[in-house]
Amino acid sequence: MSTPRDVVLVDAGGTNIGSVRYALERLGVHATTSDDGGRIRSASHVILPGVGAAGPGMARLRASGLVDVLRGLRQPVLGVCLGMQLLFEHSEEGDVDCLGVVRGRVRRLVPGGQRRVPHMGWNRLERRRDDALFAGLEPVAHAYFVHGYAAPADASTLASVDYGAPLAAVVRAGNFVGMQFHPERSAAVGARLLANFLAA
Amino acid sequence: MLTRRIIPCLDVRDGVVVKGVCFRDHVVVGDIVALAERYRDEGADELVFYDITASPEGRRVDRAWIERVARVIDIPFCVAGGIHDVGAAREILHAGADKISVNSPALGRPGLIDELAAAFGVQCVVVGIDSRLDADGEWRVRRFSGDPSSMQALPRRTLDWIVEVQQRGAGEIVLNCIDADGVRDGYDLKQLCAARALCQVPLVASGGAGTPGHFHAVFAEADADAALAASVFHSGAIAIPDLKRHLAANGVEVRP
Repeated sequence: MSTPRDVVLVDAGGTNIGSVRYALERLGVHATTSDDGGRIRSASHVILPGVGAAGPGMARLRASGLVDVLRGLRQPVLGVCLGMQLLFEHSEEGDVDCLGVVRGRVRRLVPGGQRRVPHMGWNRLERRRDDALFAGLEPVAHAYFVHGYAAPADASTLASVDYGAPLAAVVRAGNFVGMQFHPERSAAVGARLLANFLAA
Repeated sequence: MLTRRIIPCLDVRDGVVVKGVCFRDHVVVGDIVALAERYRDEGADELVFYDITASPEGRRVDRAWIERVARVIDIPFCVAGGIHDVGAAREILHAGADKISVNSPALGRPGLIDELAAAFGVQCVVVGIDSRLDADGEWRVRRFSGDPSSMQALPRRTLDWIVEVQQRGAGEIVLNCIDADGVRDGYDLKQLCAARALCQVPLVASGGAGTPGHFHAVFAEADADAALAASVFHSGAIAIPDLKRHLAANGVEVRP
């Protein structure tokens, strides 16, 4: 990164927090992990990683007093995987109300035919809207997905992914960005998306 | 469209990558991180590390090399071996592994799968199954297959176990067909097709890859989601970019 970044990773108990930190290190960015509201508010960029279930994830954010902190952020915020799902209004996983900064509801993926659940592996991003996040990305770009819940693609979807139906893969609502896949494990494509997020 | 995955498997023993034939006579093939980097650069979709001595000896996976791999590797990787409880799994996931795979410990205590799924979500939980055809024509599971002197035949039918582990919370199944392993004569399509019919989670085929055609067959005929191999990649007999070109030319969706 040409400009120094003060990136804070929000510790919501996700097991991928280390992987996200290492991905940022590969970009030359040393992130701080914190669940302190003041520290999070002062960051230039906030990342909410997450692997796990929506119910415990929201419970942890509530217990740390972070729900209103996260909702009130004005700097760029990135939710990864479960972290993206928590940006929506509601998740069917545990029937839990989420942060509600992105419109839409997260639903369970139902297995059937070729659709195995979890959706696991490299799938192609279908870009629907142009965004600075996609600067320099190859026209054909695959990302690594691992999830059993997803939001259907809709107006906030920048890129969708086809898995029996179009699902939200990259979403944006103002300063809030979500990636359903794992940019930290999506090779050059993921590194480019993370670098573009940090360039904002 | 979801692509089919190519997964090099790195058997780890005493901190280095080894390979045997039919699970015997292991020779050292290289350094863990160096091989992981090589496969990442060649376009592997995922890596699996099996600590093949961990279960019979009751040891835990050493977490230092997992962290080293997690720092340099930007594709997903799974760690297997010696995971007997949620605490051990958490250590490995926090060290940077994306998934953990359990095999012998789950056979000893199937409730382990439920506990892991509850703690981390099914997407982290892979169940490895070592299976072999018995004289009566049934496939049955094997335990402690990493070490021939410890390997045990169990009465449990492989297909029953495939159903049970999904009910308990397996997010992916790796079916290793022992009779085919390391002999490069092709995947056990018959067994994998039988498994596929019962498997609603991703199914990874393991054991027997020798030619690009074997990979094509396991995707086209057994509808496996991923194919795992070791010796053909370690030896250089098959280069992953060539393999992917072969698959793409034959109508299999792969990540370029």
